[in-house]
Amino acid sequence: MTVATHNIDAGSVAYTPPFLLELYRKMVVIREFEDGVKFLFLEGSMPGTIHQCQGQEATAVGVCAALRGDDFITSTFRGHGHALAKGLTVNELLFELFGASTGCCAGKGGSMHVGNMDKGMVPGIAIVAGGVPLAAGMGLAFKMQKSPQIVACFFGDGAVAEGAFHEGINLAAIWNLPVIFVCENNLYGASTRIDKVMKIPVVAERAKSYGIRGQTVDGNDVLKVYEATLHAADECRRGQGPVLLELLTYRRTGHSRRDPCHYQPKDEREQWAMHDPIDRFGKFLVQRGEIDEAGMQVIRTTVISEFNASVAEARRQPMPTVGDLTTDVFAPAAEDRS
Amino acid sequence: MNRQGIAESLRDGIAEEMERDASVFCMGEDIGVVGGWGGAFTVTLGLEKRFPDRMIDTPIAELGFFGAAVGAAMMGMRPIVDVQYGDFLFLAMDQIVNNAAKMRYMSGGKIKVPMVMRAPIGATGRGSQHAQSMERYFTGVPGIKVVAVSDAYDAKGILKAAVRDDNPVLMFEHKLLYGSKGARAESGAVDATRDIPEEDYTVPLDKAAVRGEGTDLTIIGWLLMLHYASDAREKLAASGVSAEVIDLRSLNPIDYETIGESVRKTGRVVIVEEGPKTGGVSAELAAGITERFGESLRCPIVRVASPDVPVPFTPILENAYRPDVPRIMEACARVMQF
Repeated sequence: MTVATHNIDAGSVAYTPPFLLELYRKMVVIREFEDGVKFLFLEGSMPGTIHQCQGQEATAVGVCAALRGDDFITSTFRGHGHALAKGLTVNELLFELFGASTGCCAGKGGSMHVGNMDKGMVPGIAIVAGGVPLAAGMGLAFKMQKSPQIVACFFGDGAVAEGAFHEGINLAAIWNLPVIFVCENNLYGASTRIDKVMKIPVVAERAKSYGIRGQTVDGNDVLKVYEATLHAADECRRGQGPVLLELLTYRRTGHSRRDPCHYQPKDEREQWAMHDPIDRFGKFLVQRGEIDEAGMQVIRTTVISEFNASVAEARRQPMPTVGDLTTDVFAPAAEDRS
Repeated sequence: MNRQGIAESLRDGIAEEMERDASVFCMGEDIGVVGGWGGAFTVTLGLEKRFPDRMIDTPIAELGFFGAAVGAAMMGMRPIVDVQYGDFLFLAMDQIVNNAAKMRYMSGGKIKVPMVMRAPIGATGRGSQHAQSMERYFTGVPGIKVVAVSDAYDAKGILKAAVRDDNPVLMFEHKLLYGSKGARAESGAVDATRDIPEEDYTVPLDKAAVRGEGTDLTIIGWLLMLHYASDAREKLAASGVSAEVIDLRSLNPIDYETIGESVRKTGRVVIVEEGPKTGGVSAELAAGITERFGESLRCPIVRVASPDVPVPFTPILENAYRPDVPRIMEACARVMQF
């Protein structure tokens, strides 16, 4: 697996400056959120565990930018970036991580299950590949309802070995469902490198065996991700889905909590660090004259101060009461449906 | 009024619900194949002619299509999924237990998963892997309602109530009670036909039913064992013992109100369950009854269940495995010593 070394270019697509700057800002929001959360976790402010996505910001932002507001995503235990990219606020996400009743899942989901249906995000499915059949079913509903909505289903390279991956993609394929299966291939399932667990190292090649289109994309190039998703989304809306997108990227932090990543070779880490999605896109924007170094610094400073304000708020949020333990298990009896 | 068996009444119930609500659809293996069987036990026979777009035949992929049902249910559809044999639920376990049952809770009460899961169970001459009584694996899973139907009237009414409920409902049916005809007929079948009203009706998902009143002891059973319990009741009556028989119907939640009324009256309890004694539903029932009505008990609760072995094939062993009327009578005699 080689690291993509090309400079980002916009090709023939006519991007507007606000759109490009918003992509950049969103990636910075995710990076600063994750770095800030890591600090809060390590200092003991936050309960539970965390799985973070530093280095993978372009996959979340590129995919979600190509979706419509009422399209859906499914996510995994590593879902903070997906959530922020799909439009969840830093507040509702952070409050959830603090376990507050004002969090996006009322404190009952936590880091691995963040989501908000009103914003098109199913709570994260923390069982590897568990979201793949689910996404197929969501696509089936949209097709049966003749709705133009589509689903983007995020999962990692580790999910490819699960039976659910095979069964879910096959269902979507035989029924031509509007689902983009988005594999964020960051080379490692927890600490295990993909070459130990895959004979075919190119995930997108598996698409052939389901009779669908597969594509491998530089997942650290936010524009390439955006364009590939836009194309796939268009195919899905025209009834030509599903599509398997493989986004090559790299996790610049541990699998979870205090994982120091000793299994990632130093030269590999350094090589990918040279192609960090935010740095690369920043360079592109500067070259295009959309922004300068000072402007980027302003974005970063603003994002950090907004994050810090959210942290201060999060610390003041109400916790659920013990009475909330037993609510939300079942939906109440529906009005008479007969 | 129309005399029907369970397979027929379920078929009508499904068809009526699909007629009433366009979001109801069926998904499963071999359920809608023209010239096929209408599922393993003829329940959906011919429905593909009436609802060609809503009888969805799947690949042999229980994990996949149960997950797809969850996804479709979350998006406003009302899937009825079935497995040909309850034993195959193990393949779908992750989607049932981790997604269907928990999605509402994890989302802080935002998501509804209105889906019906149907599963035929029971030892019926097929050896160990098409024979298990699966109830026990699901009754302890918060977020799923578990029901078991013992006759054609309840089957239709409970199915309809389950379709209209906004939660996942797992419905167990017994292979010897369907009354399937032709090549799908079962040897050893028990008559579970009932007069079915013309008009629409539902049966509550959380209520047990008293099938025969009595004053000396309470026998609790469900599915095939309910019928055996009723046979035992008749035989006991001949020897002057008055047994009350309760059809549990709802395995989760358990209707302790109905059970309590009976236990306070009789003070003696026999529970009959097909399936290994260890870890069975009868264990939960015995504990629950003791906790609630222990002071009314005149003697220890006695369970009649299968030995802790896999279901055997050869008839002599299978008959020894399955609780029968003489063993129920024996248990009743034991409690009547007090």
